[in-house]
Amino acid sequence: MGKTDNNKSPIVLKSRENETGAAWRIWKKYNDIFGKNITMFCALVVIFITVSIVIFISAKGLSTFVKDGISPLHFLFSTQWWPDRPLEEGGPLVGSFAFIVGSLIISLLAVLVSAPLSIIVAVFMVEIAENWAYKVLQPAIEILAGIPSVVYGYVGLSLLVPFIRESMGGSGFSILAGFLVLSVMILPTVISVSADALRSLPGEWKEAALALGSTRWQTIRLVLVPAARSGLITGVILGLSRAFGEALAVQMVIGNTRKLPTSILDPIITLTSAITMDMGYTVTGHLWNNALWSMALLLLTMSLFFITLIRFFSRKGVVQ
Amino acid sequence: MNQRLADKLATMMFWSGAALVLIILGVLVGYILYHGFQSIDYAFLTKPPLTSAAGGGVGPQIFNSFYLLFLSMMITIPIGLLAGIYMAEYAQPGKVTEIIRLSIETLTSLPSIVVGLFGLLIFVNMTGWGYSLASGALALTVFNLPMMVRIVEESIANVPNSLRESSLALGATRWQTIWRVVLPAAFPGFVTGTIIISGRVFGEAAALLYTAGMSSPALNFHDFNPTSPSSPINPFRPAETLAVHIWKVNSEAMIPDIRRVADGSAAVLVFIVMLFNLSARWLGRIIYKRFTAS
Repeated sequence: MGKTDNNKSPIVLKSRENETGAAWRIWKKYNDIFGKNITMFCALVVIFITVSIVIFISAKGLSTFVKDGISPLHFLFSTQWWPDRPLEEGGPLVGSFAFIVGSLIISLLAVLVSAPLSIIVAVFMVEIAENWAYKVLQPAIEILAGIPSVVYGYVGLSLLVPFIRESMGGSGFSILAGFLVLSVMILPTVISVSADALRSLPGEWKEAALALGSTRWQTIRLVLVPAARSGLITGVILGLSRAFGEALAVQMVIGNTRKLPTSILDPIITLTSAITMDMGYTVTGHLWNNALWSMALLLLTMSLFFITLIRFFSRKGVVQ
Repeated sequence: MNQRLADKLATMMFWSGAALVLIILGVLVGYILYHGFQSIDYAFLTKPPLTSAAGGGVGPQIFNSFYLLFLSMMITIPIGLLAGIYMAEYAQPGKVTEIIRLSIETLTSLPSIVVGLFGLLIFVNMTGWGYSLASGALALTVFNLPMMVRIVEESIANVPNSLRESSLALGATRWQTIWRVVLPAAFPGFVTGTIIISGRVFGEAAALLYTAGMSSPALNFHDFNPTSPSSPINPFRPAETLAVHIWKVNSEAMIPDIRRVADGSAAVLVFIVMLFNLSARWLGRIIYKRFTAS
């Protein structure tokens, strides 16, 4: 790629054209086409990867229903999970309701805690923070975003779980521990998307509200937050999607018991934690293993659903 | 008066929200580093882990993390760079571009455990490599690539159009313009972004459990024959990374000093990731100064 010459100026290139051979002339003529095609090829690789993920995970995930003849309704809504029970005792059953409920409870609670705090912090950063406060907060959020999820899980396990055990009873491995860990983990995602949304609002709106005599709080509450709502919703959905798909941080603190919970201190199990724990111990092609792939397919479907939601809201959110 | 009071209270709420986030971060990082540095010494950083006795280290895990990051970046950087160039310079609004964007979004928001399972299916089972560095690196690439494309695209989009126009006006082709004018100008953003991605990947665990594996063979650090099974640089050996090690020690280790090993590993991991972040900012600034001669 242009290795044959060391000159920077195209004017000099032209005079060299006469000196060098056919190869250089061909390169000169076709480098543009070559560049366009090779970059396009790489961009198409991204599509190729995405499509293969969808196809392969679907093929594996659907085999529970196609090959093993389990009804999708049973998989989604039954709590009867006996993947290793022999046929004589009622056959293997893979009702995954408990896992699905677990994932939903944990991620929704996490968002419920995290979203208000994130939006408060985002508003603070964009509208209120003085320069020094911004300069402290911005890197702090970047560090928070950089902390690996296993580390969140580990701090949950070694700090939060014992704390809950001693102050509230139970084993400490609980819904509470799970969603608290997740709510901290998704903070940076929601904060940065929300802050971007607030930043992109036209400045005149704020000025108009202030000029009409609104206090800063009225401006924020009645003008800025409503105007940025589609961006804020996008941030919250992104957080929800991260929380729903997180595996290890959750698995380490929720106790992983396959029983529908009755209290916030009960242990729980999620789709991701079931996959994490059992994928290595089940045999490929066996119903149990296939059910885990169906759970993966469900995770994939949910993540596609979240993307669709985000696209819907961001299209709606174009400032009129 | 009433509205003024409300405004004051609201301001207090915003300040305390921000303070709460800082406190959470302080507790997290303080806790990890405080406990971690009590269990870190030279032996811990260099010795291999032990299976049933106390006193093991995480030397091979640290090496594996860096090596895996290196392997994965070797694949991600060229493909991501070229794809990013396409998106920023060539892509016309239309169906294909729209599908590429949708793919990027999809890949970015995939749960990492799903990426890991895809890796298990394709890179571990179909290729017959088993749990290996190569499978892990490819799974991480699936994870990195969309972020890389975005970063390249953004840093190229930030290059002022006047630069492109003057290059084209001097008779350079589009490709020459991109390669000699646009890319150098986009370089600082590109470097910063790459380091930040590296930090993310360094801490990734869920995608690696079933691709790079949860064990590491005994390594001989004097053996640099890439085909030998005990060579550290053999890409077809299984390799447990530091992040995976934290998870595995906590969930199934049989050593008496789980707490010490996990504390130490978490601190090393967080320390390295923070180092990545800091160096990204610092390097970005330096390169920017060099390039703009300001």
